[in-house]
Amino acid sequence: MRYSALSLAWNAATGHRFWKPAWRDAEPKPAYDVVIVGGGGHGLATAFYLAKNHGVRRIAVVEKGWIGNGSVGRNTTIIRSNYLHPANTRFYEFSMKLWEGLEQALNYNVMVSQRSILNVFHSDAQRDAYARRGNAMRIAGVDAELLDTDGVRKRYPFFDFDNARFPIRGGLLQPRGGTVRHDAVAWGYARAASDLGVDIIQNAEVVGIDIQGGRAVAVETTRGRITADRIGISVAGHTSHVAAMAGLVLPIESHVIQAFVTEAVKPLISGVVTFGAGHFYISQSDKGGLVFGGDIDGYGSYAGRGNLPVAEDVAEGGMALMPAIGRLRILRNWGGVVDMTPDGSPFIDLTPVQNLYLNGGWNYGGFKATPAAGWTFAHLLATGQSHELAAAYRLDRHATGRVIDENGQGAQPNLH
Amino acid sequence: MRILCPYCGERDAHEFSIRGEAPMTRPVVIGVPMAEAVAALHDRRNPPGRTREFWYHGAGCRSWLLVDRDLRTHEVFGATLASGAF
Ligand SMILES: Cc1cc2nc3c(=O)[nH]c(=O)nc-3n(C[C@H](O)[C@H](O)[C@H](O)COP(=O)(O)OP(=O)(O)OC[C@H]3O[C@@H](n4cnc5c(N)ncnc54)[C@H](O)[C@@H]3O)c2cc1C
Ligand SMILES: [Zn+2]
Repeated sequence: MRYSALSLAWNAATGHRFWKPAWRDAEPKPAYDVVIVGGGGHGLATAFYLAKNHGVRRIAVVEKGWIGNGSVGRNTTIIRSNYLHPANTRFYEFSMKLWEGLEQALNYNVMVSQRSILNVFHSDAQRDAYARRGNAMRIAGVDAELLDTDGVRKRYPFFDFDNARFPIRGGLLQPRGGTVRHDAVAWGYARAASDLGVDIIQNAEVVGIDIQGGRAVAVETTRGRITADRIGISVAGHTSHVAAMAGLVLPIESHVIQAFVTEAVKPLISGVVTFGAGHFYISQSDKGGLVFGGDIDGYGSYAGRGNLPVAEDVAEGGMALMPAIGRLRILRNWGGVVDMTPDGSPFIDLTPVQNLYLNGGWNYGGFKATPAAGWTFAHLLATGQSHELAAAYRLDRHATGRVIDENGQGAQPNLH
Repeated sequence: MRILCPYCGERDAHEFSIRGEAPMTRPVVIGVPMAEAVAALHDRRNPPGRTREFWYHGAGCRSWLLVDRDLRTHEVFGATLASGAF
């Protein structure tokens, strides 16, 4: 399916009855070169780059529901590369560059909107920490600007600058940060992958991984058995129990992140903003609703929904930063399942089982990572070797001590 | 979510903080091979179903509890005192 002003006009005039599906809903074949488990943003991106960058032709993405039903369609759509640790800075900046060219690469409008991200700070100590982070970013070639109070005031005059507990002292700005239309990312990668011959197989849950002589040889799905030379697990919040099908026990917990949307208002918040004295981040959708979220609930969960204490905590953060939003009504609230690791960073690695590869451990930063995760996981699946940009995301890093703990929280997954 | 504390009765989960999944047996991290110690500290079974977790009733009796909970539904089946559990 291709779009043009003419096709839009013609389809509008004919009551939208003649639109065709953008990609092929494939039937499973008995065998593939590569089977990717999970049709989220990462799985679809992996399939696309496997076909595009590595010329692999017989690829299947096996999805238990429909593509986009997971976190790729539930997240708050923020992209940024404002990290401190070199491993993360490199990886997420590469992802940012891929976002910047993604619409051309996919020939699909994913609505990349580099409207900036601002991390507000409230004390001298926090200013120091953000200055350090900004410097680390600039050394790595990432854009960063330290704003003082007036700099923040120019952008967001309605913030509570003189809040008695959390006065605003400035902020760290990444102008290239922003948002991307999340569903369009799933659809865009799906269409581009499908055009390159990738089979996207929906309503096929992987229920078993067949291992013979230490090698993964096939997946058992609810739509039959599929053999594969290589199998890639990319199931986001479900990594633990899918990996358990191959006998693996991993340093991962499943948690719930919640998100909230208010009724629509006129343009108010031009970029993405994060509060510095609690966990609250916000942006405004193109429809006008304020989209925001905060901490994970903290207990393990596969429920895909959270509880009210976090809703209260998030609302309190919002009120401390911008009391102007206090009378808006929250229209919708939902949750999604994410992986949490002991250091908060992901895994893109080989597993102890031959021919079985893992892309998992993704939590808060998983959406913005989609292009780079797909790119580097495709490299791993095609070559059997880690891509240099993902080489730090190893499964054994807790044993070697090479942990990547952005916040310095320590090995407690629910604190990241 | 509410947790049935053996001392305090059914209380809002907000009064508790969670430490995480409880191992099946008492973890041994000294005098074992490095890989075993690392696994004991970091690995989780994380099943999509019922599991046992350590929770601390900080805003109540301040006991450590072993809570039996379903990760798919958040249903809490019961809790016992963690001391002497292994
Ligand atoms: C509320 C919320 C807000 C977030 N906000 C942001 C944000 O602003 N910025 C950001 O960068 N990240 C954000 N994230 C994180 C991000 O959404 C995820 O880390 C990322 O989407 C995970 O990768 P994915 O897209 O491949 O996951 P998913 O879309 O969840 O894909 C995994 C797929 O695997 C499938 N699957 C699972 N088990 C099986 C099986 N047995 N067989 C077959 N298929 C299976 C699932 O159905 C699912 O479709 C947020 C997450 C949530 C929940
Ligand atoms: Zn109690």
